[in-house]
Amino acid sequence: MDVALLIGIFPQVLLDGIILGFMYALIALGYTMVYGVLEFINFAHSEIFIVGAFVGVEVMLGLKSAGLLDGLPWPVVLVLVLVAGMAGSGLLAVTVERVAYRPLRNAPRLIPLISAIGISFFLQDMIRLVESLWRNAFNLVYPTLDALNLRFELTETLDVSVKSLVVIGGALGMLWVLHMIVNRTKVGTAIRAVAEDQAAASLMGIDVNRIISLTFLIGGAMGGAAGVLFGVQYGLINPYSGFIPGLKAFTAAVLGGIGNIPGAMVGGLVLGLLEAFAASYLSLLTGGAFGAEYKDILAFSMLILILIFRPKGLLGEVVRERA
Amino acid sequence: MIQSLLAVALTGVSAFAVAVYPRSVLVFLLFQGSILFAYRARIPDWLRWSLLAAALLVLMPAIGYYNGYYLEVATQVGIFVALALGLNIVVGLAGLLDLGYVAFFAVGAYSWAIVGSPHANVIFGGESFPLAGGWFYLFLLVGLGVAALTGVLLGLPVLRLHGDYLAVVTLGFGEVIRVLANNLDKPINFTNGPKGITPISRPPTPLGLPYGEYFYFLALLIVIVVVLVNRRLENSHIGRAWEAIREDELAARAMGVPLVRMKLMAFACGASFAGIMGVLFSAKQIFINPESFTFLESIGVLAMVILGGMGSIPGAILGATVVTVLNLQVLKGFSLWLNELKNAGVTVLGYSLADLPTQFEPAKYERMVFGIILVLMMIYRPQGIFPARRRQREMTQ
Repeated sequence: MDVALLIGIFPQVLLDGIILGFMYALIALGYTMVYGVLEFINFAHSEIFIVGAFVGVEVMLGLKSAGLLDGLPWPVVLVLVLVAGMAGSGLLAVTVERVAYRPLRNAPRLIPLISAIGISFFLQDMIRLVESLWRNAFNLVYPTLDALNLRFELTETLDVSVKSLVVIGGALGMLWVLHMIVNRTKVGTAIRAVAEDQAAASLMGIDVNRIISLTFLIGGAMGGAAGVLFGVQYGLINPYSGFIPGLKAFTAAVLGGIGNIPGAMVGGLVLGLLEAFAASYLSLLTGGAFGAEYKDILAFSMLILILIFRPKGLLGEVVRERA
Repeated sequence: MIQSLLAVALTGVSAFAVAVYPRSVLVFLLFQGSILFAYRARIPDWLRWSLLAAALLVLMPAIGYYNGYYLEVATQVGIFVALALGLNIVVGLAGLLDLGYVAFFAVGAYSWAIVGSPHANVIFGGESFPLAGGWFYLFLLVGLGVAALTGVLLGLPVLRLHGDYLAVVTLGFGEVIRVLANNLDKPINFTNGPKGITPISRPPTPLGLPYGEYFYFLALLIVIVVVLVNRRLENSHIGRAWEAIREDELAARAMGVPLVRMKLMAFACGASFAGIMGVLFSAKQIFINPESFTFLESIGVLAMVILGGMGSIPGAILGATVVTVLNLQVLKGFSLWLNELKNAGVTVLGYSLADLPTQFEPAKYERMVFGIILVLMMIYRPQGIFPARRRQREMTQ
C-alpha cells in the first residue's frame, strides 16, 4: 500500500468532500424545512432541485445564443443564473404543494407521501418531455465560463478552481441568508411558530397556508440554488440525476436531525466528507476489491443505522411520531 | 340474462377480432376488457368461471400461437400480478410502505440465475454447473425461501420504524441490493456485475410445448396459487392481525396481536411471491442484469397496487394488468403509430409531424404514467378502483 499516495491525495479529497457536503446541505434544507412544518417527506424535492439546474442551463444557453455569455462579466452571469434557478425551483415547489399536497393535508400519513413519490416521477419525465421537444436532447451540458475554470495550485497535490470557491461561497451565502430569514425576520418567526404548533399559530393571527407555501418557496429556492451549483460544478445534468443526490440529502437531513436547520448543514457536511473519503480510499485500501460505488451503500446503511439507533439525529430534537 | 349473452358475445367476438387483426393493439385491449367484463358482470358463477377459463386457458394461448408478442405481454402481466399481490400484503394489508420491493424479485432471479448458468463454476470451481433444467422446479421453492428469508432480514432492523421513515429505509435497502448486484463481481464474482448472467438454463417443457406457452401457463399457475393463498390469508387470523396493525398499531398490540411476528410474516409472505416469480423471470429471460431491478420497477408495482385498491386482491390483479399493458402496449403502440404518421408525412393543424424531435419517444414515459396514476389516485380515489371489501364496508357505514 502506497502510504505517500494516501496522504498525498488527502487535501484534494477533503476539498471534494466539502463541496459535496455543501451541496447536500443546501438540498437537505428543503427536506428539513418542509418536515419541520408539515412532518412530511417532500419526496419530489430531488426533482425540484434538478429543475433548478435545468432552468440554470437554459438561461446560460439562452445568454450564449444571444452572445452575452462572454460579453457580461462572469459574476453577473452567475448571479442571473442563480436567481433564475432559485425562482424556477421555488415556484415549482409552491405549485406542487398547492396541487398535490394541500388537498391531502388531513389524509392518513402515507397518502401524501405516495402522492409526493408520484410527483417526483412525473417531474422527471416532464423535464425530459419539455427538453426533448425544445432541444431534442435531455442530457445537457453546462456551458463553461473560462474564468470559472482557472485553477490555483496551492501545493503540489492540491489545486483549487475558481468554480469550487464559487460553489463553497455560494452555498455559505445561501445558508447565511436562510439563517437570517428564519431567525431574524417576522416571517421566520411565523415559520417557526407554525412548525411548533399550527393551531396555536393560526390563533395568533398567522395565515398557516401562506406560511406553508412560503416554506416550500424558500426550501425550493435553496434546492434550485443547489441545482445551479451542481450544474456548474459537475457539468452534465439529466432529468434523472437529481434522484440519488436528493436521497443522499434526505439522509443528511436525518443525520443532522430532521426539522433542524443547523442539523441539515452539519449532516450534509458529514455525509459529503464520508462519501468523498469512501469514494477515494475504499478501493485503494482494499486493493480494488471494493470500488467507489460502495459509497452509496455506506450512505444508505448510515441512514438505516441512524434511524434505528438515534432517530433524532446528531443535533436533533426528538422526532414526533404520528401514526 | 342480457349480461350473460353480452359476456359470451364479447369474449367470442374479441377473440375472433384478435385472430383477424393480429397486430392491432386496440383489439387486444378489447379482448382484455372482455375478460374483465366476464369477471364483473352479473352472470351465473358457472358461466363466469367457464368464460374466464376459456379465455385464459384456451383463447389466450391460441392468440399467442399466432402472435407471440401478446403471449409475452400476458406472461409479463402474470409476473406483475404476482408481484402486486405480494406487495399488496405488505402495503395493502399490513400498511407497511415498502419502496424496495423489487429487491426480493432480484434475490429470486439471481438465486436461479447463478446456479442455472455456467457462472456458478466461477464461484464454486469445478465443472458441475449449470444444473440441469429439471432443478428449476426445486429452485422455484428455493427462490421463494431465499426471498422470504431476505424479507425477514430486512424486517428485523426496521421493525421500530413507521410510515415514511420505513418507506425511505426500504427504498435504501432496494438500492443497496441493486448496487451490490452491480458490484459483487469482485473480490469474488457472485453476480458478474453490470454485464449480468447468461445463459440461464430452462427446464425441458412437457408435451413439447413451445417456451412462450410454457412460461405463460407456469406464470398463470403460480398466479392462481398466489391468489388462493392470498384469499386464505386475508380471511385468516393472520390477515385480520395485519389489518389491525395497519389501522392502529397501539390498539392491535393492546389486543394481543404479536407485532414482531406479524410484521415479519408480512415481509416474508410478500417477499416470497416476488422470489418465486424472480426464478421464473430469470429462466424466461435467459439473461438477467441489475438493470431489471431498479427503483422504477418497485414504484411500478406500487402504482399497480394503488390503482387497483390497497388491500384488494381483484384490485391488485386489475392494477397489474392495466399498468403492464399501458407500458408494454399502449405507450409502445402510440410510439409506433406516431412513427408511421411521421414517415407518412402527416401534418396536424399545419404542423408537420416529421418535424417532431427525434428524442421524443412516447414509449419511454413510463415514469410519467406511474406518477400520474399515483397522484390522481391519491387525490381523487385513495381506496382504488376495486376497493377492498372490508374497507368498502367501513367507508359506507
